[in-house]
Amino acid sequence: MSTATAQKTSFAAVLWDYLTTVDHKKIGKLYIYGGGFFFLLGGLEAMLIRIQLIKPENDFLSAGLYNEMITMHGTTMIFFAAMPLLLGLMNAVMPLQIGARDVAFPFVNALGFWLFFLGGIMLNVSWFTGAPDAGWTAYAPLSTTSPGHGVDYYILGLQISGAGTLMGGINFLVTIVNMRAPGMTYMRMPLFTWTTFVVSVLILFAFPALTVGLFLLMFDRMFGSAFFDVALGGNSIIWQHLFWIFGHPEVYILILPAFGIFSEIFATFSKKRLFGYTAMVFATILIAFLGFMVWAHHMFTVGMGPVANSIFAIATMAIAVPTGIKIFNWLLTLWGGNITINSAMLWSLAFIPSFTIGGMTGIMVATSVADYQYHDTYFVIAHFHYVIVGGVVFGIMAALHYWWPIMFRRVLNEKLGKWAFWNFFIGFHLTFFIQHFLGLMGMPRRYWVFLENQGLDTGNLISTIGAFFMAIGVIIFLYNAIYSWIKEEPAPQDPWDGRTLEWAVASPTPHYNFKQLPLVRGLDPLWIEKMEGNGKMTPAEPVGEIHMPNGSILPFLMSVGFFIAGFGFIYQTVTDVAYIFLFGGMGLALACMLIRSLKDDHGYHITKEELEKEAD
Amino acid sequence: MKGWMGKFKVLSLFGLVALFLSACGKENLTALDPKGYGSDKSMDLIILPTVIMSFVLVIVMVLLVLALVKFRKKKGREDYIPKQVEGNKTLETVWTIIPILLLIIIAVPTVIYEFDLADDASASDHLNINVTGNQYWWHFDYEGLDIQTSQDVYIPVNSKVYFNMKSSDVIHSFWVPTLSGKLDVNPENENTFYIDAYEEGVYWGKCAEFCGPSHSLMDFKVVVVSQEEFEQWVADMQNFDPETAEPASDAAAQGRELFQQNNCIGCHAIGSSPAAVGPNLTNFGDRTKLAGVEEMTKEKLIEWIVNPELIKPGNKMTGAYPEVSKEDAALIAEYLLQLKPSEITIESAGGLK
Repeated sequence: MSTATAQKTSFAAVLWDYLTTVDHKKIGKLYIYGGGFFFLLGGLEAMLIRIQLIKPENDFLSAGLYNEMITMHGTTMIFFAAMPLLLGLMNAVMPLQIGARDVAFPFVNALGFWLFFLGGIMLNVSWFTGAPDAGWTAYAPLSTTSPGHGVDYYILGLQISGAGTLMGGINFLVTIVNMRAPGMTYMRMPLFTWTTFVVSVLILFAFPALTVGLFLLMFDRMFGSAFFDVALGGNSIIWQHLFWIFGHPEVYILILPAFGIFSEIFATFSKKRLFGYTAMVFATILIAFLGFMVWAHHMFTVGMGPVANSIFAIATMAIAVPTGIKIFNWLLTLWGGNITINSAMLWSLAFIPSFTIGGMTGIMVATSVADYQYHDTYFVIAHFHYVIVGGVVFGIMAALHYWWPIMFRRVLNEKLGKWAFWNFFIGFHLTFFIQHFLGLMGMPRRYWVFLENQGLDTGNLISTIGAFFMAIGVIIFLYNAIYSWIKEEPAPQDPWDGRTLEWAVASPTPHYNFKQLPLVRGLDPLWIEKMEGNGKMTPAEPVGEIHMPNGSILPFLMSVGFFIAGFGFIYQTVTDVAYIFLFGGMGLALACMLIRSLKDDHGYHITKEELEKEAD
Repeated sequence: MKGWMGKFKVLSLFGLVALFLSACGKENLTALDPKGYGSDKSMDLIILPTVIMSFVLVIVMVLLVLALVKFRKKKGREDYIPKQVEGNKTLETVWTIIPILLLIIIAVPTVIYEFDLADDASASDHLNINVTGNQYWWHFDYEGLDIQTSQDVYIPVNSKVYFNMKSSDVIHSFWVPTLSGKLDVNPENENTFYIDAYEEGVYWGKCAEFCGPSHSLMDFKVVVVSQEEFEQWVADMQNFDPETAEPASDAAAQGRELFQQNNCIGCHAIGSSPAAVGPNLTNFGDRTKLAGVEEMTKEKLIEWIVNPELIKPGNKMTGAYPEVSKEDAALIAEYLLQLKPSEITIESAGGLK
C-alpha cells in the first residue's frame, strides 16, 4: 500500500487518500488546513466588526448582523481556529517527539478530525439561514429566547465538534502514556509533549461540562424543558457556571501548548537546554490544576457575594505565580545562550512582552473590586486578546515556522516571514492596547455602535487601523506558504540544529516515522547524540516488521451521519420532514459504528525486505 | 532661539495636558475620573496592581533586551556551544517568593474593599430604589415614595442610595462608570448595591451585559442633586396628577386624547402607577435624550412614535400598537414634551455633558 499510493497522484486519489487517512501526519495537516480556513473566516468577521466601529454611530452593519458577527467571530476563533490549529500541531509533532509510529487510536484520531470539521461547517451553514446572535458565551435567557435557528446551529455545531475534541484528548493521553520510545521517561519528554499531555487531561475534564450545558440548552430550545427558564422554576445563572467551568480551563487548553512551543523554540535557537525543566513541568501541571478553581472570576458582577468573589479573586491571582516562573525560566534560557533570531524566534520573543502585558491585566481583572469597572468592557476585550493573540496566535505562528520543514518539507522564506511578523505585531498592539483605555472610558463590549461625542472616536479609529495591519500580516504569511512551496528547495532533515526526536526522523517523513525505534538517553535526546559525536539516534531494536493501521472511510461517513442528524434536530421543531434527516443521519452513524465493531481490521505489516528496499 | 524653545515648551506642555485629559475620556462617563464611593474604591485597586505589575513588566523587558543584546549570535562565534545550564535553585526560589509577596499586597486590600462595598446592613436607613432592567430601558421605583421614573433616576448627593435590581427578561448590567462599578441585573434574584455620589451633576449610565440588538442603545442617566433639591423633586413628583394637570396648549390637550385613544396608556404610565410594561412618562418633558440615546427633539419623537424600530432595533414597542399617522404623532409628541412636573431637571442639575 505504501509504495502503491505514492504512484497515484491524480486529484481524486489524493482526495480519497485524505478522506480515508488514519496517519497522524496527514490528520495533522488536515487540522491545519481546516483550522486555517476557519481562522480566515473568523479574521474576516473581525475585520467587519472593526470597520463597523471605525466611527461613531456607523451604519455599515445592522444591529442584528453585528451581533451575529461577534458571536461567530468568538465561537469560530476559539473552537474552530485556535484549538484545531493546536491539535494539528500536536498530531503532526507529538508522536515524533516521543518516538512513536502513530497515535494510540489512529481510527479515532481521524474521527475526531472529521467531527471537528463538520461541526465547524455546521455552525457556518447558519450564515445562510440566520447565524447565532447571543454571543459566543450564549448566556441564558438571551440564548434560550433568541428567535430563529441561529443558536440551534451553535449548539449542534459545538456539540459535534466537541465530541471530536474529547476523542482527540483521550487519544493523546493514551498515546503519551503507552507509546513512548525506549528510554523516553516522563521527565525526558519535551515540553511540547508535556503540555499536550496536560492539555489532554484538561480537555478530558472540561469538555464534559460544556457538553452538559449544551444539552440543557438544546432541551430548553428544542424540547420544551426549562432548565434556564426562571418563570418555570429554572435558573439562568447555572448556564454561566457550566459554561465557565468549561470556559476557563479552555483558556489553558489554548495557552499551555503555546507555552510548550516557546519552550522548544527558545531552547533550540539559544542552543541551550531549557532552563529549569523540572520547574517548567510542574508549573504547567499547577496552572492546569488551578485553572479549574477560578471559573467564577468571569462572574464577579453576577452578585455572588463578597465571600465567593474574594475566594475566586485570590485563586486567580495564584495562577500568576507558576506563569511568572515560566516567563523567568524562558528569559534565563536565553541568558548565556548563542541566540539566532529568525521568524520562528521573532514570534517567540514578541510573545514575552505581549503575554506579560496580558498577564499584568490578568492580575488587574482578577482584583474583583476593580473588575466591577473592567468587566464586560473593552478592557476585558483587550486583556483576552493580549493573552489569546499575544500568546496563542503568536505561538501557533512560531510553531508553523519552526515545524514547517517537518510538515511541508520546506523552510519558509525568512524575508516574507519577517514582513508578516512586523505587520502583525505592530497591528496587534495598535489594535488592542488602546482598547484598555476605551473600556475604562466607558465603552462596554458587544456594542454595535458607540455614540458621538463620548471621547471614544480616536481610540476606535486607531484600533481599526491596527486591525488592517494584522490582516496584511496574515496575507503575507499565506503568500509565504505558497511561495515557499513553489520556489524553495526541499528542506533538509534538521534545518535548525534541533535537540528533540522529531528532527531525527528522515525527510520526507516515512509514513511509519521510525524504521527502528530510537533509544532515548536523556532530555533533548538528539542533542545528546550530537554532543557525543554520533550525530544520529542509536536504534533500540533491530530492523523488523512494522505493524501499521489500515485507512478507512468510516470516520468520515460517521461524521457525515452526525452532521445530517444535526440538521434533523434543528428543524424537527418546525417540520416533521426533519425526522427523516434525524433518524437517517443517526442511522448512518450507527451503521458505521456497527461495521467498525463487527469487521475485524488488523492493519497490515511492512516487511523487513520492504523497509530495506525503501532505504535504498 | 530661546524664545522659540520657550514657546515650544509651553505648547508641548499644553499638548500633553490636553492629551492626558482626553485620554481620561468624557467627563461623567469615564471610570478614570471617579466621583462616587464605589468608583473611587475601584480606582484605588486599578492603580495599585497597575503600578506593581508595571514594575514586573519593566524587569521582564530589561532582562529580555539585555539577553538579546549580550547573547545574540556574533561573528566568529557561530559554532559556539553555550554551557547547558539545568537551572538554578536560588533564582527559581526568588522568582517564586517575590510574586507571592506582590500578590499578597494586592489581595489584602481587594478582600477588604470587597466586603466594604458589599455591606448593606444599613440599607433600610437610606433611600431604596427598585430597578427593573428591560429590553431596552430602565425602570426606577422609589421605595415608599410612590414615585416611578424610567431612563432618568434622580438621587441626592453625599448619601448612600441603595439600588435593588431585577430583570424582567434577559440579563442586563447596571453601570454608571463615574459613580460606581457595575452589577448584573438578573431575572432570578434581586441584586443590591449602593451609589454614594460625591458631586452633583448628570452621569451617564450604560447597560454592560449583552442583551440583544439594542444593547448599545440602553443608556440611562443618573441625576445627582442636593438634598433640598431632591426633596423638592420628590414633592413635585408626588403632587403631579395627570388627571388634573392642565395640558399646556390645545395641541397638547388633543395629544392627551390621542394618547388615551390609542391605548398608549396601557403600557406607559403617567403619574405614579405600578404598571411598567413600557417606560413611565411622568417627567418625559425633562428628559434630554429620547430612548436613552437620541437627541430629544419633536421631529425625532414623531419619528419614534411612527416607527420606533428605526431608532431601537428589537424594541418591544414596535408592532404593539395600531398604526399612528404623522399628524397624530405630532399631537402626542406635543403632549409628552410638556410633561414637566418639576423645576428640578437635568438642566438645573448642570445639564448632560
